[in-house]
Amino acid sequence: MIAVYLILLIPLGGIFYFAATGHKPNAGRINNWLNAATLAGSIWLALDVLIEGPWLSSDGELYVDSFNVYLIVLTAFVGLTTAIFSAPYMAHELRVGRLNNNRLRLYYSMYQGFMLAMYLVLSTNNMGVMWVAMEGATLATVLLVSLYRTPESVEAAWKYFILCGVGIAQALFGTILLYFAAGQLHTEGGSENALLWTVLYENANLLDAGVMNIAFVFLLVGYGTKIGLVPLHNWLPDAHSEGPTPMSAVLSGLLLNDALYAVVRCKMLVDGATGSPLAGHLMMGFGMVSFLVAALFLHRQYDIKRMFSYSSIEHMGMMTFAFGVGGPLATFAALLHMTVHSLTKSAIFVTVGHASQVAKTQKMDRIRGLIKTQPEIGWGLLIGTLAIAGFPPFGVFTSEFLVLIATMHDYPWLVPLLLLGIGIAFAGLFRNLQPMVYGEVPRGQKAVAANLFPVMLHLALVLWLGLSIPGFLSNWFAQATELIAGSSPL
Amino acid sequence: MDIAQTSFYHQAILTLAALVVLASFVMLGQGRLLRIVFVLALQGALLALATALAAFSTDNPHFYISSAITMVLKVILIPIMLRRLVIRMNIHREVEELTNRTSILLGGASLVIFSYYVMLPIVHTSHMVTLNAIAVSLAVVLLGMLMMISHRNAVAHVAGFMSIENGLFFAAIVSTSGMPMVVELGIAFDVLVAAVLFGVFFFHIHSSIDSLDVDRLNRLNEVEK
Repeated sequence: MIAVYLILLIPLGGIFYFAATGHKPNAGRINNWLNAATLAGSIWLALDVLIEGPWLSSDGELYVDSFNVYLIVLTAFVGLTTAIFSAPYMAHELRVGRLNNNRLRLYYSMYQGFMLAMYLVLSTNNMGVMWVAMEGATLATVLLVSLYRTPESVEAAWKYFILCGVGIAQALFGTILLYFAAGQLHTEGGSENALLWTVLYENANLLDAGVMNIAFVFLLVGYGTKIGLVPLHNWLPDAHSEGPTPMSAVLSGLLLNDALYAVVRCKMLVDGATGSPLAGHLMMGFGMVSFLVAALFLHRQYDIKRMFSYSSIEHMGMMTFAFGVGGPLATFAALLHMTVHSLTKSAIFVTVGHASQVAKTQKMDRIRGLIKTQPEIGWGLLIGTLAIAGFPPFGVFTSEFLVLIATMHDYPWLVPLLLLGIGIAFAGLFRNLQPMVYGEVPRGQKAVAANLFPVMLHLALVLWLGLSIPGFLSNWFAQATELIAGSSPL
Repeated sequence: MDIAQTSFYHQAILTLAALVVLASFVMLGQGRLLRIVFVLALQGALLALATALAAFSTDNPHFYISSAITMVLKVILIPIMLRRLVIRMNIHREVEELTNRTSILLGGASLVIFSYYVMLPIVHTSHMVTLNAIAVSLAVVLLGMLMMISHRNAVAHVAGFMSIENGLFFAAIVSTSGMPMVVELGIAFDVLVAAVLFGVFFFHIHSSIDSLDVDRLNRLNEVEK
């Protein structure tokens, strides 16, 4: 199990390496290689876990099971493809003078810092360290949101910093309450071990239900701020729209997922302690409200990145809802949705980044005729949006359909709301997409150098997951579902 | 339970809890930035004292380390940094006009009562001192948020943020036997990095809107203006 140390140490080294050399022309390429190495490490780790089962490090601080290992692979994969996209993108931004060498060093160094925080959130077994890493992810990305130093980006970054900082403080309070509940058990190994997830999970039925309920409310609000749940979502569209595009891709594709992962881990503990559906109901409520509100807000956007970040809130709401519903089918659907959403959404942000370089603006009413100027960008945006809106045969359709079936079974009266939200979001996306892709080409609009390989790869994978989920992957999801929901859907 | 019957340690902790929440109230109603920073340092000192006291009474050497970290970080480093920034930006003479100071303070008082109400379910699992401590730290967290809402200056927001962190820390020492060392160091590291980043942000904000009044950060909107 050297692999897990590998995926933590490579980005750690990367932080310091790029802090010194991130401005050199080859930094982009080295960033690709570092991410490729962590991806290889994560696949190695995944194979180990699939063959030998969950692994707990000897000091108990790291824990990998089929739930988090799949997110580690997903994180590494999206991290790599976004890095491939970001190298020429950042070179372009440097050429047009939006960046300088110092900020480029900061960018590459913090890219690795963010990846490190993500891997640490996923692989740690200690709920306290998970909090520290989650806060670390905010600290790593906050200066990247304001990388261009425009007044808007500084404002967005400040908002992100304050809202996420205060939000995540609630999660720390929840963690302290968790520790307080665990402190009354007198588990073996003493208080140093009382925050280990595995220890808490084994003794979940002994934890005090009253304390755990309060703790979960704080944990949900805290990590929910990072998921972007309404009404704590205000930072998300700003941070996504003002930061550089590769950041939007990783924030949307990775950070939101990992925050949701933290909430699900907490829910597993609380469910064991209370035996009541309260935690699930809270998640359903927050998820449903986020889903509907974000779908409505999609219609009012004028900035293309803001529009897609509201689409992220909408999808995160749906996943939170599905995890809240509980049962094996809903959990399976939520896991699948996490995968296809982060693949599709990061592909979309990459395309959007190129589209806004072509049109030299992010305002949707001035982006026109992409398919004529640069067909691959036009097609990429069109197919990506089709996929994210939940059209068959893409994977998002499959997972949303499964969520609908599971809801139909357990809470039939909520199905119309879900359908309504999907419809509203679809209309909001397509209303703006149509003219951007097909409209009349503005005079003097020229194609830019673009590498759309990551986009095509992501969309092909999403298509594949929609047509047929390969056997090993569905087994993998089923194992994870069994961990979370108690029984397998297959 | 009669308060006179509790041990000296518990009485001292209760007094410190009261002082910590009092410090939050003082910051809430204060319009001068340097005084806010000074009270923040005092609150940090109260925390360090509480930690040292806990170390002494539970005979837990690990608490002495956290007490030292708190002392260095929250009483010395961060307040000095904030103070220097305030003086360097030449805003130390400004007095912030707080609208509705009375209702803000009354709102703060009701937040304290609300915190006690929220913590009622854990009464049966613990004794009076722990309950008080957790309720007080939740109150400090909420008062920190209220401070961020009612003050407009970015420095006051940072002070609110740091006092939230103080409240959490107080809960961790008094209600539990201290967080595991690795977590505590991680949190201290995060707080330190956050403080440095806040300093960087003051300059960014100052150079973009020529003031630290966050009400003027209003360019981003849901709909086009």
